[in-house]
Amino acid sequence: MSLRVENLKVAYRTLRGDVTAVDGVSFSIQDGEIMGLAGESGCGKSTLGNSLVYMEGRMKHLDGTVELDGQRLPISDNRAMDQYRMRQVSIIPQFAMSALNPTRKIGRMAADLLRSRGVAYKDIEEEFRRRIALVDLPEDVTERYPFELSGGMRQRATMVISTLLDPSLLIGDEVTSALDVSTQRAVGEMLTEFRDRGFVKSMIVITHDLSILAQIADSILVMYAGKLAEKADADTIVNKSLHPYTQLLLASLPEVGLRYDDAPLVGIAGRPPSLFNPPAGCRFRERCPFAMQQCTQEPPFVEVRPGHHVACWKVHDDLASGQERVLDAASAALARPPAAGGSATGGAAAPAAPATTVSPPGGAAQP
Amino acid sequence: MSMLEVREVSKVYKTGTFGGDLLPALRHVSFDIDQGQVVSLIGQSGSGKSTLGKIILRLTSPSAGAVVFEGKDVGTWSKSQLRDYYRHVQGVFQDPFSSYNPLYKADRVLEMVRSVYFPDVRAREWESKLRSALEAVSLNPADVLNKFPHQLSGGQQQRLLIARALLLEVRLLIADEIISMLDASTRVDVLNLLVDLKRKGLGVLFITHDLSLGNYISDRTVILRKGVIVEMGDTRKVFGNAQHPYTKSLLTAVPHLHQKWQSNGSGARAHSVVEGERPTDLEGPVGGSVALGESRRYSKSPLHPQNAAASEASGAQGPRAGGARPSLMEGGGPRWNRRFSPGGRTVAEVLAAAPAPELVEYEPDHFVAVGY
Amino acid sequence: MSIAQDRPGEQATGQTTATTGTGATRGGPYQAVSAGTGTEQAAGGLAGRRRWEFLYFAVRNKKLMVATAIEFLFVVLAIFGPLIAPYDPNKFVAAANLHPSLHHLMGTTYFGQDVASQLLYGLRDSYLVGFLGALFASLVGMTIGFTAGYRGGLLDEALQLVTNIVVMIPSLVLLIVIASYLKTRGVLFEGVFIGVTTWPWVARAVRAQTFTLRERDFVDLARLSGKRATSIVVKDIAPNMASYLFLVLILLFGSSILLAANFDFLGLGPTNTISLGTMMNQAMLWSALNLRVWWWFIPPGVVITIIVAALLVANVGLDEIFNPKLRET
Repeated sequence: MSLRVENLKVAYRTLRGDVTAVDGVSFSIQDGEIMGLAGESGCGKSTLGNSLVYMEGRMKHLDGTVELDGQRLPISDNRAMDQYRMRQVSIIPQFAMSALNPTRKIGRMAADLLRSRGVAYKDIEEEFRRRIALVDLPEDVTERYPFELSGGMRQRATMVISTLLDPSLLIGDEVTSALDVSTQRAVGEMLTEFRDRGFVKSMIVITHDLSILAQIADSILVMYAGKLAEKADADTIVNKSLHPYTQLLLASLPEVGLRYDDAPLVGIAGRPPSLFNPPAGCRFRERCPFAMQQCTQEPPFVEVRPGHHVACWKVHDDLASGQERVLDAASAALARPPAAGGSATGGAAAPAAPATTVSPPGGAAQP
Repeated sequence: MSMLEVREVSKVYKTGTFGGDLLPALRHVSFDIDQGQVVSLIGQSGSGKSTLGKIILRLTSPSAGAVVFEGKDVGTWSKSQLRDYYRHVQGVFQDPFSSYNPLYKADRVLEMVRSVYFPDVRAREWESKLRSALEAVSLNPADVLNKFPHQLSGGQQQRLLIARALLLEVRLLIADEIISMLDASTRVDVLNLLVDLKRKGLGVLFITHDLSLGNYISDRTVILRKGVIVEMGDTRKVFGNAQHPYTKSLLTAVPHLHQKWQSNGSGARAHSVVEGERPTDLEGPVGGSVALGESRRYSKSPLHPQNAAASEASGAQGPRAGGARPSLMEGGGPRWNRRFSPGGRTVAEVLAAAPAPELVEYEPDHFVAVGY
Repeated sequence: MSIAQDRPGEQATGQTTATTGTGATRGGPYQAVSAGTGTEQAAGGLAGRRRWEFLYFAVRNKKLMVATAIEFLFVVLAIFGPLIAPYDPNKFVAAANLHPSLHHLMGTTYFGQDVASQLLYGLRDSYLVGFLGALFASLVGMTIGFTAGYRGGLLDEALQLVTNIVVMIPSLVLLIVIASYLKTRGVLFEGVFIGVTTWPWVARAVRAQTFTLRERDFVDLARLSGKRATSIVVKDIAPNMASYLFLVLILLFGSSILLAANFDFLGLGPTNTISLGTMMNQAMLWSALNLRVWWWFIPPGVVITIIVAALLVANVGLDEIFNPKLRET
């Protein structure tokens, strides 16, 4: 087992108190696995990824353990993590392309970084150049300043530097978000190539873009409001997902070839809950078309099928009672407006006009 | 006559350590937008799409070319005429939060419109106008009025900005990446809203880098690469039957949910071909892939704004020589003749050295650039 | 140069550098967390929250608290000084050059004037000149800075030219020339003179900030709403620079006091009043150094140092408060 996370809880200190951004997350990744960590803004995926590498000033490790290759990672102690950073676990930060010091040449910056890890630049220079050529960067890139390179080139340079010491675990935080579509593909393919060549053993790719994950990830973990919603291998998530949130999320993704006139997309009404005072029970309750009375209790994140974990009462109940039918949250959402937390029976309400989602009565906030 | 015509718009920026170099950000861009039509302007970063949006909104002025709204050249207008222009043409930008002054309440953006355009309207009438505008964007007034911007979600902020545009009699909305900062679940609602408004007659210029979005909502598509139009026309034709290699490579690079990336055969990575990091790529003529036979040159096609204007003689000024117009120059006078640095090139020289590629009509309403 | 817009992340005031961020949203956890909250404090909105946040951090900032306390003390002394001064500062009340004693807490001058009384009167004077200087400099500097920064183009170039010319004029020489014509000068003159020669710094600083703020989307939106330029500058741009302007004012105040003290010491100050600088001037002219009359020139010098230093330290403290990145917590 390459990485094993047990009940991880990480909070942020703010002026108004602590916000638990990651609230009891457990999962594991095998060697050679690329796991996609998906979710919308505020769900905690970035916090989760970053907490495995470096706890920023305001981050607090509340609970839970992280084990990498059998060793416990001292994530609460930044000093202690020093010896693991870049060697065993490395990160490509968000906005990596602007993370390069504009007054340093690329080669010099890499040398400084390596020196801080106790590695002499000379020892690794050959490998460095080999990898630079591998990602199609020109040889003289080490002699260039960051502003002389394009965004995509900077991103690739950062990727090479982050993985130079062959870490066991690489965390990519929204590495493809700010890129053009073609560079996105190149970077995505590069990530898989790094894994294939053994530069990194396993990877966590954090993004809100499920379609990228469908291309490069082996498994996908979906988060919502600090908790886990669903985890399965990529193919299952994309084609046979069970959690209503995942289904609704997939249904809201436009694809080339599909036009509004053919099939209007459906969004998710409402907003994620405030993490200052999260609601009891399932956090997706307010926006879920299948919400029931039982949802006021927190659903456990259990394995409902081999390799497929879901945290949803409806899914548990349906599968336990032997029903194999796959829930379709998207059409359910179209058929009736999600009521605020209570149960909704029947589909008697007329379907909403395809243009906009119907405004629910009173209560629930609008997107 | 189209509602909005962009005619040979070019924009040249000063770059280089001491501003000695000139960088053409837009080169001879021409297209038009009609009533009730969504045109998506698709380009990657550095393509100049945002610049074009700002030029149309007259937040920047072009180095050459003209923007013609309902037959009149917008570049020549004075402050007070511009105020009228903004009654009909408005913009919404990428970062919803930064469009609000954080020190004031969110509905100040609505109040600003009122103080300038409806100073004499009575409170009750204004209130009902507000309500109908908010309803049109599916916002509950109680949720958004009297709140500060950080109390609203990104989706609410964008909708409020669209509502603001609806308060005026807007006919054209320039939407510059308006949903790229919204969550996936809220994007759809704003998108669907745009289509809804389009059906009521609003024209939209949808600027984006995301091909699937452009495909979803637009009637016509313009593909921009490094300031030059490489392909444009009816959306289904451009996406379904892409002819230009750049468009094709963009389409192969788009990640799909249910289909893995196809290998592009050449063995080279997608990015280097498209970004042109290797200067030899894509510099050669493209002619071979487009059947030239019966296709007409875009510049002679009646769809070209210049020809449309000439044939209609609807009080618009006569056909242009295709060059720069002094009226649009900042600071007056023929700017293209000013040299930015001694021995440096002038704007006119830069533009002349890099003329627009020919746009050839591959099929009705589907134009492809040749030789670029 | 970027064609696509680069937008700043958090609206951190007090930043003088141009935008360096990518097209990012406002950052990290704060965004995600605060977007979801439904209720807000009664103080409301960002302006209210900023004030509250400001007070919270202000009270915890040692530099600011200590410096403000010291400054406050001296300001009180300046205001009430003349009321509690034991003697008239100009009258000859005792023997010359007396050591500090119970009767004369800071001794007497060469002429037998009470130094302590002079100090109290002089304090008020120095503050007054400092205030006037800061006022004029900021009025002129801000007007020019905002205009140049917002309009840009030829007007900006012209104003820059003017600014550069004024910067190069040596103020000391100018003052000497003027002083030779104006035999009697008052506090107002000195204040105006200082204002008129120090505004370029303010203009430059304000212009730079205005350039940055001008690129923001909400300014574009204001333009798209047909608002006039003056209205945009006054209502949209300036309030977003409020903390920066405040810092500028404080620095200006401090430097005006110091400059005035310099001029007074050289004998170019007001001819009809006592200020800390003129005290030192007098002391020097009447051989206080040689005669070891330390109580005449050291107290004014020390007081000037303290009040100016306190202002500068307060400035640093304020900068820490306004700019979250400099905070230690």
